[in-house]
Amino acid sequence: MLILQCPYCGVMADETELSPGGEAHLTREGPGASDDAFHDYLFMRENPKGVHFERWRHAYGCGKWFHAARCTTTLQVFGTYKAQTTEPPKDIRDRITKARPGWTWRDYA
Amino acid sequence: MSYRLQDRGRLIDRSDKITFTFDGKTLDGFAGDTLASALLANNQMLVGRSFKYHRPRGIVASGAEEPNALVNLGHGARMEPNQRATTTELFDGLTAVSQNRWPSLDHDIGAVNAHLSRFLPAGFYYKTFLYPRAFWKSVYEPFIRQSAGLGRAPEEKDADTYEHFNTHTDVLVIGGGVAGLTAAKAAADAGAKVLLFEQTAVWGGRSPVDGGIIDGLAASAWVDRTVAELEAMPNVTLRLRAMGAGVYDHGYVLGYERLTDHTPDKDGPRHRLWRIRAKQIVTATGAIERPLAFAGNDVPGVMLASAVRDFQENWGVVPGKRMVVATNNDDGYRTALLLNAAGVEVLRILDAREGGGGELMGEARNAGIRVDCGRGIGKVSGGKRVKHIQICMTNGTGGAMEEIACDGVAMSGGWSPAVHLWSHTGGKLLWDEAQAHFLPDFSRPPTGADGQAMVRTAGSTSGPMELAAVIQDARSAGADAANGAGFKAKTSKRPSVETATEAPMLPVWQMPGRADYHLKSKSWLDFQNDVKVTDVELAAREGFESVEHTKRYTTLGMATDQGKLSNINGLAVLANALGKPIPQVGTTTFRPPYTPISMGAIAGEARGEIFQPVRKTPIHGWLDAQGADWEPVGHWRRPYAIPQKGESVHDAVMREVTNTRENVGLLDASTLGKLLVKGPDAGRFLDMLYTNMMSNLKPRRCRYGLMCSENGFLTDDGVVARISQESWLCHTTTGGADRIHAHMEEWLQTEWWNWKVHVVNVTEQYAQIAVVGPKARTLLEALGGMDLSADALPFMAWADGKIAGIPVRVYRISFSGELSFEISVRAGQGLALWEKLMEAGKVYGVMPYGTEALHIMRAEKGFIMIGDETDGTVIPQDLGLDWAISKKKEDYIGKRAQARAHMMDPDRWKLVGLQTLDGSVLPDGAYAVGEGINANGQRITQGRVTSSYHSPTLGCGIAMGLVHRGPDRMGEVLEFPGTDEKTYRARIVSPVFYDPEGEKQNV
Repeated sequence: MLILQCPYCGVMADETELSPGGEAHLTREGPGASDDAFHDYLFMRENPKGVHFERWRHAYGCGKWFHAARCTTTLQVFGTYKAQTTEPPKDIRDRITKARPGWTWRDYA
Repeated sequence: MSYRLQDRGRLIDRSDKITFTFDGKTLDGFAGDTLASALLANNQMLVGRSFKYHRPRGIVASGAEEPNALVNLGHGARMEPNQRATTTELFDGLTAVSQNRWPSLDHDIGAVNAHLSRFLPAGFYYKTFLYPRAFWKSVYEPFIRQSAGLGRAPEEKDADTYEHFNTHTDVLVIGGGVAGLTAAKAAADAGAKVLLFEQTAVWGGRSPVDGGIIDGLAASAWVDRTVAELEAMPNVTLRLRAMGAGVYDHGYVLGYERLTDHTPDKDGPRHRLWRIRAKQIVTATGAIERPLAFAGNDVPGVMLASAVRDFQENWGVVPGKRMVVATNNDDGYRTALLLNAAGVEVLRILDAREGGGGELMGEARNAGIRVDCGRGIGKVSGGKRVKHIQICMTNGTGGAMEEIACDGVAMSGGWSPAVHLWSHTGGKLLWDEAQAHFLPDFSRPPTGADGQAMVRTAGSTSGPMELAAVIQDARSAGADAANGAGFKAKTSKRPSVETATEAPMLPVWQMPGRADYHLKSKSWLDFQNDVKVTDVELAAREGFESVEHTKRYTTLGMATDQGKLSNINGLAVLANALGKPIPQVGTTTFRPPYTPISMGAIAGEARGEIFQPVRKTPIHGWLDAQGADWEPVGHWRRPYAIPQKGESVHDAVMREVTNTRENVGLLDASTLGKLLVKGPDAGRFLDMLYTNMMSNLKPRRCRYGLMCSENGFLTDDGVVARISQESWLCHTTTGGADRIHAHMEEWLQTEWWNWKVHVVNVTEQYAQIAVVGPKARTLLEALGGMDLSADALPFMAWADGKIAGIPVRVYRISFSGELSFEISVRAGQGLALWEKLMEAGKVYGVMPYGTEALHIMRAEKGFIMIGDETDGTVIPQDLGLDWAISKKKEDYIGKRAQARAHMMDPDRWKLVGLQTLDGSVLPDGAYAVGEGINANGQRITQGRVTSSYHSPTLGCGIAMGLVHRGPDRMGEVLEFPGTDEKTYRARIVSPVFYDPEGEKQNV
């Protein structure tokens, strides 16, 4: 059971306080999208063995959505950050690079 | 025969005699006994029958790893199956019943399976029972169900109470043997807050029995001293009878404390589930001795060598007067020496190693015990207890060199570290060639949120089996844990340890090494699941190369003991059969819990009324007093119907529909979700959420809206009212309020975070009462206070005002097709308004109605219900709701998905009404069948029933359903086979059965 710090209220939240929301930093495709682009948006997800960016909601706390950068195998947490962004902040990317030189995730490395 | 010695038994109190029963027989024991030791003291060596072949089985082990001695404990509301006799502390009045036998333990019919064993090899149930097909249901399945399983499930509600306990600690040490005590002391000395768990009732683990000198003290005295030191430290909490059940992510650990199992008359919870967050975890869970695989190694009287000496030293019982010890390592000698010292005759030590053992072998010979090296057991004979053994060459084919009469065998196949807890969260293992076991790979430990090691092992769990190395390992584990938790471990004097030096062990996976099929087919690997060497070899031959597949195919390592005894031996046999090295075959996955924990502990306090909170509307109590028949809707309870005295529920529903259609009915609609959406961008936001336009809704007006997921599927519906220029009130379904609120928040926070919108869930702030029926307006006018005429308040409008002096908001909306007013009132005044309506309505025949009447009335009108007509695969277009989908809007959630090829396919199943030809009620959920069969030999389906009721208004059955190209097929008759063997015939009709012009609601 993970512990993630909510970047809004600062609480070190038990996983039971949180609800998961899958992969972070998806770009929404709407009515103008091609079939392929929309299909990818709806169904295709990263499934890395290693560094992952994911969405969580502090559902039984302050109610805010946030993002977590986490290693799916070691459960190391590189940081959490507010959801109002389209890409991971630099300090978190730097931290990941330090811990996992050569990591990749989409083109955020 | 097994019996009690007079001068051994450090844990029993001979002055405190205890009476218990086993299979109805009254027996005696002493305080401090386990059920296992007390059974042995009474010469009860046969304790159960094996799972598959019903072979007689006795006690093999002395602790949590025991595979055979499982009993039904207690009776009635305190009956519990599969309890290990070895971990059950004896108490006065204990009742135990053996399992897996009929009619009795001594005379068991199922034992015939043993003679059929040739026909019941690994995976037999996948092979034997396929043909003839028809036999499966009537013959094979009942037979398998009858013989499957271990104990019987209890039938009564558990009479005991249980609790959960949450705690945080710096260092959690699991295991109270010398290693755990040492590690706990090291961590506590550094100032860390330490929690120490020991699963048994006593501290010290194996050391008081196995001996050794620590700091000049005998091991048991050193244990007493260390426990006293720890107890005196304010930063240390010690718990006996507490097991580390599972280690999970980020230092979360479940502990299982058995509080009153040994004193069932004591008040308070029986078990406590500890939910622990530890910065660092030290597992000092010791090691588990392995059996040797020789023919007849499951005959009662054959026990693990460590268990034999545990029973003797701890409880003063021995399995026989004339014992043989078979071993492949030095530790087995400890048993021989202790037996000999207690005056038990040790006929022979059979050491599999040509060169024999180290110091302890010399001691044994000096004590006059005969040691034969390079020898093993070829076969044990005896049915319900050991009678003879055949001695053979370790590496021979099993030819008997000698046969000796004896009544007990102590076997030692070496020791495996109990790495379970290390492995639960992904700690990796290494194969240690010298000791022939898996040990923790310290370069790949379970890690915490900081990426650093979170679990450490101490003592023999780390691999070393000799006392000095155990203590040294535990000291550094405790210090590392303290450092890992942010403390600074002190350097302390290394304790002096005296113990015998040992010779290397010899891996022996089958005894004798070149045994023939016959011997191997009687050599048990997994006692609990009746898996023999030949079964694993068969699995390998049949292509089950992965250890996980072999486990499932043979059942090796399944059930309550999860392979604690059998794992390594089974892996080794598999590896040999595959011609691969053992580490390449690997282990099966270790999963929590370490040993089974009670369902009660998992549930904790959450049972009965407090299992889940129940949400109640302000009118709940009134309805309950009227005898409402409740049904759960989400966490709410809603009245299905409100039967009058002596009336059946069905009759009540019919009456409620008719009365509402003819007079006036009241519905408690308070559970409907109410979400207030407010802000400069609220209109724009709602246009994205709903399929239709909400931004152009005029204040004081209502509009029915549909909400879809981004996949295009219909997920909720409800009436939206525009309250002011910047605020809208969105009604959701009863079950949907929280979900839709979360849905709105998600889009606002993660996609359109610059939009200025606030959403507040005000569901519980208001009670809502639907006043429905042709006399609804008359009734409200009788209470007075508002102009509710069609001109003042037309259909789909709302108005604020007062009714009977109570401030209200009245929505003129209808889910029944009748003239209908939904009156929203502050929650605190909901009941008052309801009572005034009931009182004033008497003269108009007012009656409350429930959810079933609501359902019937909406179905008569062809209104869909989320969850009936939708199931997560239905788009609004399937339901003929195109009128509620805006063509003007560029975008809304789900719009792009609804343009995908499959969504536009004319071959989709679409909503229609269904009317049976004979007026009967179609079975809900029934499928309409078409011509032909599909690839699986099943009838082609072309539709299904989504809602079905008897309509008292029409006097016949009505239904809605989704049918392939349904709206194009009006008038066609479909066939619906029921599960009652009948076939129902129904005609496709319009889903609107009642008042299609809407004249009733527009008055």
